[in-house]
Amino acid sequence: MWLAALAAAAAVVAGCKPGEHGIRIGEYASLTGKEAAFGQSSHKGTQLAIEEIDAAGGVLGRKVELVTDDDETKQGESATIVKKLIFRDKVVGVLGEVASSRSLEAAPICQANRIPMISPSSTNPRVTEIGDYIFRVCFIDPFQGTVMAKFAKDTLKLHRVAVMTSVSSAYSVGLAKYFKERFLADGGEIAIEQKFQEGDKDFNAQLTAIRAAGVDGIFVPGYYTEAALICRQARELDMHIPLFGGDGWEAPELISIGGPAVEGCYYSTHYSPQVDTPVVQSFVARFKARYNGEVPDAMAALGYDSAEVMVDAIRRAGSTDPAALRDAIAATRDYNGVTGTTTIDRERNATKSAVIIEVKDGKFKFLETVAP
Amino acid sequence: MTEFLQQLLNGISLGAIYALIALGYTMVYGVLRFINFAHSDVFMVGAFIGYYAGQHLPHGTIGGGLAAMAAAMVGCAILGIAIERFVYRPLRSSSTLNVLITAIGMSLFLEYTGQLVFGATPRAYPALFPSTIVSVHGLIISMNQVVVIVVAAILMVALQFAVFRTKIGTAMRAVALNPAAARLVGINIDVVISFTFGLGSALAAAGGVLYAINYPSIDPLMGVVPGLKAFIAAVLGGIGNIPGAALGALILGLVETFVDGSHWSTYKDAIAFAILIGILLFRPAGLLGRFTAEKV
Repeated sequence: MWLAALAAAAAVVAGCKPGEHGIRIGEYASLTGKEAAFGQSSHKGTQLAIEEIDAAGGVLGRKVELVTDDDETKQGESATIVKKLIFRDKVVGVLGEVASSRSLEAAPICQANRIPMISPSSTNPRVTEIGDYIFRVCFIDPFQGTVMAKFAKDTLKLHRVAVMTSVSSAYSVGLAKYFKERFLADGGEIAIEQKFQEGDKDFNAQLTAIRAAGVDGIFVPGYYTEAALICRQARELDMHIPLFGGDGWEAPELISIGGPAVEGCYYSTHYSPQVDTPVVQSFVARFKARYNGEVPDAMAALGYDSAEVMVDAIRRAGSTDPAALRDAIAATRDYNGVTGTTTIDRERNATKSAVIIEVKDGKFKFLETVAP
Repeated sequence: MTEFLQQLLNGISLGAIYALIALGYTMVYGVLRFINFAHSDVFMVGAFIGYYAGQHLPHGTIGGGLAAMAAAMVGCAILGIAIERFVYRPLRSSSTLNVLITAIGMSLFLEYTGQLVFGATPRAYPALFPSTIVSVHGLIISMNQVVVIVVAAILMVALQFAVFRTKIGTAMRAVALNPAAARLVGINIDVVISFTFGLGSALAAAGGVLYAINYPSIDPLMGVVPGLKAFIAAVLGGIGNIPGAALGALILGLVETFVDGSHWSTYKDAIAFAILIGILLFRPAGLLGRFTAEKV
């Protein structure tokens, strides 16, 4: 009996050739920590995509296994867990992260080991510049900064604005740079620039300086916790001008922390569940059924699309050979995803449209779509 | 001018919160000669007790806000006494380094227990105090800032009274001056030390609630940065010296605020630390610290 068990175990170990277990795709995400809301959403989207693919029979006749690890929103942690995904779990491709800073940590490791990585929602241009194995399914900062500059000038009719940049975040610095370029080119004026760091709680000093400069809007390309606190403290300083930012604002916490202070604020993002197309509405219905009626946000939609693009590429490549898989991802054309029609360009970025969301009556309202 | 006054107000309210935390560091140092690194996490626990108490209290009233703060202060006083009794007291006769490392361990224990119990996701803090704002010639005074400054001032005056006008305060000063001699004249050192921890932790809890109503997003690691700043403030003012801690905190709050509102905002922490190094070069015992005088 004991010998039989040993023999069986040996057989399992010996018989562990590729092709007998599922195709492993790695995912690293901020499941806990300060940006857990993003990581969790993105992970749920990715998980749903993989479950649907497996329910439909998998790919290349094999099941797909998602191996997910948590980087705890900590610097340095994503590099460690991506190494673990590649060397211990032997994944064929890697999905992640939401934050550009953490994608920039993991991308060089994927590139050096020739494992294709698709970032669902890191919008900083530098991420895909790491190398030819690094892709993304979202648009990049220049586009988001440009869209918000265009929106501030044309729709909100602002002329004199302040910019508040989080200097510790590559994402924020990138967005601010392209916003300024476009806004100045359109004849607007940047009256004052203020800086903060992620994790700061007190913005009274910066906002007081902004108030003294007399502006009619504030661009805050940060993440939701800081954005919500900035909105609150601005209102406490009796400033009732619109504040607006990028997709880093998108989380229910923006409203729960910001309360009435975030009313009449705007941000650009990748997708809205209110977009009335069959692809989006069917995705929303399936997501709600899977996660107790939770409505998917942009991070969930992009997480879903990143997994779909990866598996679609495996299917077209006809193998899990990393080089073939890389070429297949690079050849993605007009992929009809939840977040719009995605084409991977020569710089391995996605070309697609953006949507503008307004906070109104304590809810996120879809305002308009801006094409590239 | 208005901008200057506004920044002054912002700086004072930030400094007042640092002061409440710094007092706990400095009192424990005065009595036991070690830095209680878990103090910044007691501050965090205080904010969370206020959060849960606030759910059973009316929001937006002075009474409700003060009640939440009182609950946090009582809860943290008990926590502080318990930490001293079960963690630091068994180590009292061992070297300071052992106690210091234990304090760091206690700090990490509270932080990660907090993540387990409260979760790591930041939470929105309820508006416990009325959120009115008053505008005086363009100077905006928010109710929260007023509450912070007034409550901190009252607590510091009360502390000064407790230390210099009460029997237990006299005992505290005696223990700080010479523990062995204090024991010889019949002072129960254990009671005095428990009292010091309780008092310091209650002030940290008040600071935690005030910090959270001003910056309404709390998480289990929220104490790390303010705790570090308050520690700097205590050293700046002269560790072991109560008015010194308040003065150091006020200076640090003002410097941070004025730097933040200028073009140099990126160098906020660098400038704050440069000032600290500068002062300590010329006055190694801190602004109000003296090498041989009584320390409480």
